[in-house]
Amino acid sequence: MRAIGVILAGGNSSRMGELSAKRAVAAMPVTGSYRAIDFSLSNMTNSHIQKVAVFTQYNSRSLNEHLNSSKWWDFGRKQGGLYVFTPTITSTNSYWYQGTADALYQNISFLKDSHEPYVVIASGDGVYKLDYNKVLEEHIRKGADITVVCKDINPEEDDVSRFGVVKYNDDMQVVDFEEKPLVAQTQTASIGVYVIRRRQLIELLEACAKEGRTDFVKDILIRYKNVKKIYAYKMDSYWRNIGTIESYYKTNMDFLKKDIRDYFFRQYPDVYSKVDDLPPAKYNKDAVVNNSLIASGCIINGTVENSVLFKKVYVGNNCVIRNSIILNDVHIGDNSVIENCIVESRDTLRANTIHTAEPGQIKIVVEKNFRYAL
Amino acid sequence: MIKKEMIAMLLAGGQGSRLGVLTSNLAKPAVAFGGKYKIIDFPLSNCINSGIDTVGVLTQYRPLRLNQHIGIGIPWDLDRSIGGVTVLPPYEKSENSQWYTGTANAIYQNLEYIDYYNPEYVLILSGDHIYKMDYEVMLDYHKSMEADITLATYEVPMEEASRFGVVITDGNGVIQEFEEKPEKPRSNKASMGIYIFKWSILKAALQELKDVPSCDFGKHVIPHCHEQGAKVVAYDFKGYWKDVGTLGSYWEANMELVDIIPEFNLYEEFWRIYTKSDILPPQYIDESGTVTESIVGEGTEVYGEVQHCVIGSGVTIGKGAIVKDSIIMNNTVIEEGAIVNKAIIAENVKVGKNTELGVGEEATNEYKPHIYSFGLVTIGENSVIPDNVKIGKNTAIYGTTKASEYPDGLLKSGSSLIKVGDLA
Repeated sequence: MRAIGVILAGGNSSRMGELSAKRAVAAMPVTGSYRAIDFSLSNMTNSHIQKVAVFTQYNSRSLNEHLNSSKWWDFGRKQGGLYVFTPTITSTNSYWYQGTADALYQNISFLKDSHEPYVVIASGDGVYKLDYNKVLEEHIRKGADITVVCKDINPEEDDVSRFGVVKYNDDMQVVDFEEKPLVAQTQTASIGVYVIRRRQLIELLEACAKEGRTDFVKDILIRYKNVKKIYAYKMDSYWRNIGTIESYYKTNMDFLKKDIRDYFFRQYPDVYSKVDDLPPAKYNKDAVVNNSLIASGCIINGTVENSVLFKKVYVGNNCVIRNSIILNDVHIGDNSVIENCIVESRDTLRANTIHTAEPGQIKIVVEKNFRYAL
Repeated sequence: MIKKEMIAMLLAGGQGSRLGVLTSNLAKPAVAFGGKYKIIDFPLSNCINSGIDTVGVLTQYRPLRLNQHIGIGIPWDLDRSIGGVTVLPPYEKSENSQWYTGTANAIYQNLEYIDYYNPEYVLILSGDHIYKMDYEVMLDYHKSMEADITLATYEVPMEEASRFGVVITDGNGVIQEFEEKPEKPRSNKASMGIYIFKWSILKAALQELKDVPSCDFGKHVIPHCHEQGAKVVAYDFKGYWKDVGTLGSYWEANMELVDIIPEFNLYEEFWRIYTKSDILPPQYIDESGTVTESIVGEGTEVYGEVQHCVIGSGVTIGKGAIVKDSIIMNNTVIEEGAIVNKAIIAENVKVGKNTELGVGEEATNEYKPHIYSFGLVTIGENSVIPDNVKIGKNTAIYGTTKASEYPDGLLKSGSSLIKVGDLA
């Protein structure tokens, strides 16, 4: 118990379009059975971090619903556990979280009242497995003030300039850090995971607040990069951020590959999530399913190819679903055709609905028709 | 002060020996059902859905798997500060230590547990039936009839009634007579083994009958109370209820779940069935795989052909494998090219490449003909079937088997190959 955890899950991403209109990115369902935040939460619990605070602000209903019990990630503890901090009004402050540093500062008593020497800060929108202890050990070995976990981004896979871009020297010390630069100097992105000594963090946050600064990256990492020893920790295993429609789509489709599925689902450690108590998926007589992921509770009567069906999706007779992502609890009426789409959760598509996009394009489908429910 | 209106006592100690190798290493209530569930999930879910939050689970035969499954009751919301689920194994006393010798004896040995909760009523359940039932409705009926004991009954076809304990009622549902497995049944109302007792009546009866050997509810307690003048009424249950006591009925009940609209519907929002799930990821169906008329659990990967099956979680069906009319439980691997027909394959089994299960004509099982029939191939948990062998019908396999144990590469219909466990 050397560290406490902080997950910054407040964000909304305008690049997610309608998908994040009603939920924080961290609450986005991913890969059929999980939500984005499950990966960071599972990493925390698998790294034996027992006290974790989740900071949330943007439309947090679905996130709160997902975090309704801390049992699922083994945080149902008397010592430590899972804390969810949403903005509150106090006699001196009635603002929302003005930034990530402000979110931490407004809850600084959480940091002050802990006794673990280190803090692991993670974001809620990454899909990855990482043992934070390894980062922490490296942090201690280097005598770093702040360690930033980094990953080289393949330019064909994602655009590095939508992240913090890191430049480091041979000793892994960070020499330059630019947030979302117009032109990236390197292909190394910060994945939004940091290790820092707790007292150091409190000091920096208090100094920040005094000057009216509010952002952890801009006002701490970048501002202090020549004053504090900031080191990079290179991560080589799978990592993806789901913050844009393209990357969200690709992340889900990645799980159609066996090596990625095996890495996440069949190798230690496991990824945990809230259990929904849904029955097994059901394939009726005319079901044709190829190269697809199907979550529990689905009932399939039609054709599904190269797609990811989340929990409790109903696919009617003679439907064809190709290269699409169908989120939780969607009802697709008979004879419908869906190609290259992401269908928003709890949609009801009437019979004979057709939604297609050109290959390479992704269409977001939001159709809230009346559904007769028992 | 602790006070519960009604608590449940769930009898889960039986082996269920008619399920053959499936229960060689675990009690019947821990046997998998319907892809991801275990049989005990049904009564446990019924309890919590009926508002009963205190359940004593009586275990005896090989309880490890049940203990692991139940834990502190989290999946059923039965982790409570007062009440919740408690596993009650037999225990040593300063004198007269004994195993649970009968259903009522098991309850007698746990009088203290029940007394602690100070209940008005005690519900007695068994852990080996598949059904959804609101015990609260049964309790309301019990109260409205001002009964001392209420038995849930189920109308079975007259020709099958002789396999059950049947009750004969008057026009008002009050029970006049009991008949245990009668040759010529006079009624088709079978007792389901579900009872509500006024706790005071049950406690007195258990104490009076404490010296009866193998004290049983159906044979001793209920007839005794009836003789003493207790008002015993029948509660007619109309829903789906299935005894899965034999391999044939177990197979059938599983297979009914794949019907277009199954009589026992797991997809209703109302009255969910809860279970402990260790495996969460979605299932994957490969380009080379097909799945029709089947239900499939989480994390399963299908590269072959699956038709009319109930498949558990974490299963792998290899490329070119053809699996039909079968039940495959969690984490089993069916390797490439294997052909599986009408088999029940328990957890963690490895079925080798190009094997063929369920070949040839049916033949009576030489070892236990009354258990291994129905034309099924039954394989116990953690078994290994080597590559390229053929296995006939009405067969049973348990343990790591080698190719040399299959004469001419064939285990012929009616044979058994049991290498571990009590039967070896």
